[in-house]
Amino acid sequence: MRLRLPERLSFVDLILWGLRVAIVVFVLVGSYATLSQGVLGFDGWRTLLIVGVAQGSIYALIALGYTLVYGVLFMINFAHGEVFMAGVFTAFFAATALADSGILNGNPLFGLAIIFAVSMVTSMVVAVILERVAYRPLRRAPRLVPLITAIGASLFLQYTFRSLYGSGVRSYPTIEILTGTFDIAGVPIQKTQVVVIVSAILLMVGLYFFVQRTRTGRAMRAVSEDKDVAAMMGINVDRVISTTFAIGGLLAGAAGILYVFLFNSVSFSMGFLPGIKAFTAAVLGGIGNIVGAMLGGLFLGVLESIGPFLFLDGLGVPSTNQLRDVVAFTLLVLVLIFRPYGILGRKE
Amino acid sequence: MPAGLTDGVEQATMTDAAADEVEPTRGAIMVVRSLTKRFGGLVANRNVDFDIPQRSIVSLIGPNGAGKTTFFNQLTGMLQPTEGEIEFNGVSIVGLGPHQIVELGVGRTFQNIRLFSDMTAMANVMVGRHSRMKSQWYEAILHLPRVREEEEATRQRARELLDLVGLARRYEDESAKNLPYGDQRRLEIARALASDPKLLLLDEPTAGMNPGETGRMTEFIGQLRRDLGISILLIEHDMKVVMGVSDRITVLDYGEKIAEGLPEEIRTNPQVIEAYLGKQAHA
Repeated sequence: MRLRLPERLSFVDLILWGLRVAIVVFVLVGSYATLSQGVLGFDGWRTLLIVGVAQGSIYALIALGYTLVYGVLFMINFAHGEVFMAGVFTAFFAATALADSGILNGNPLFGLAIIFAVSMVTSMVVAVILERVAYRPLRRAPRLVPLITAIGASLFLQYTFRSLYGSGVRSYPTIEILTGTFDIAGVPIQKTQVVVIVSAILLMVGLYFFVQRTRTGRAMRAVSEDKDVAAMMGINVDRVISTTFAIGGLLAGAAGILYVFLFNSVSFSMGFLPGIKAFTAAVLGGIGNIVGAMLGGLFLGVLESIGPFLFLDGLGVPSTNQLRDVVAFTLLVLVLIFRPYGILGRKE
Repeated sequence: MPAGLTDGVEQATMTDAAADEVEPTRGAIMVVRSLTKRFGGLVANRNVDFDIPQRSIVSLIGPNGAGKTTFFNQLTGMLQPTEGEIEFNGVSIVGLGPHQIVELGVGRTFQNIRLFSDMTAMANVMVGRHSRMKSQWYEAILHLPRVREEEEATRQRARELLDLVGLARRYEDESAKNLPYGDQRRLEIARALASDPKLLLLDEPTAGMNPGETGRMTEFIGQLRRDLGISILLIEHDMKVVMGVSDRITVLDYGEKIAEGLPEEIRTNPQVIEAYLGKQAHA
């Protein structure tokens, strides 16, 4: 039997419109119910917001790695979460050694600089080797091939680091100068959150200027627009791609350390979830778009932090805090359905 | 013809005399010997010998599909020849990648404009200067002072080039895609010149232009050689442009060189007329 539908509205459109309306109604009703119960005061919401921004700025840093690589290669580097893990997991040993020898808390700035350097350089090296070994030979292969390779590389890296460093979850040593709170305009904010947000913003601003105002940044944009012409402008395309992976790795390595400031523990599988979340953020912002990845990361972090409570608590859903991943991935699905090119991306 | 062209013509005549021995022309900036390019069973270029004398304007013409762009692409490293030899300034460039050939001093534009359309006019020209810049990415991260100096010098040079090709200042920060068509062509030339080429390859620089713009472009090409002292290889369909500006003309048909010589010789060459108009025109 054939369904008869109005000429300009297909069956699929109808379902999509229904879905749109349902989501809006659900969000409004849920938010209204939660807010009218008034469980959480202004301070409570503010705390959730800050948690969200801190978490989101880490997503943003990782998302930049996805988006930069997509920009030059048009592939999703699904092993990027492992690039993130590799740095921070390796830096764990530096951190413990520094803590044991008393340097970390005796001369914290020096100690932190070393930890950051170890993590960033490790992630960078892993990212560059990954590109050289796993992706470059497949440059001319159909697009599905490097995608599958990336998933393989992701597993390979996870289990390589598991056999190197063990399968246990390890705790980073406490860094004394980062415990406690800052008072910012009368609002107490945890020092770690302040450090995370400020460092992430500095790195992102730095990256933006790097891409806009330097020789290599321009070369990256040129390669992203047209590889053949970029080569004819004297750009060594292979080297630019390598550099892009290196910069994505540096950012992921820094994000790793910021991540342990907030969550304190490392393990071989720690890259998976933040990796997928950051991928979501990159898609949300428009994959390939640098500012999009930053905004997407922040938006996802805040939504994840506030969303479950705001939308669901008033509807009587218990322990909404555990539903943050559900909210994040629902968002991914919705973005892919309604705006696959993202917030700032362009329709192709 | 402008007075400045006599130089090139003399050299060109010498080439003619030497053509039989297939010796490199004295003072030739580019020498191509028995170049062959096959794509599977299709022969796109067969045994092409070709010289570009210093400071000359040489045109490559031929019907559509004659293998002109394929030939161009081999000179710039975008394609590798199947057989044959290409020397630029006495150095073999076969096997080199495009970015290495640019570094040696070959710049080019494209038949269908291929600017970086999302980048500003200024950024396009600055990308063109990539091979003449030295700063590395980690130096930029470390904020070394010479990175900033080089950036400033490059911006200055790019501005001069935009002036040279006659692109208005107000377009500097405009995305390339928003420029009028003729200006996009000029911008492509500025971008190619940014690498300080000794040889400039122009692939149909007047395609899609109206007669007025074409006239100005023809004049500009002559002026480029006069002012910058570079050699120019031109692919062009507009015979008025080719005849007006070239020192020498080479004709390709079905991938083979069928004629070579001064504009007047080519104009009257029966083989060339046949290639363009078909046998019926003769009959």
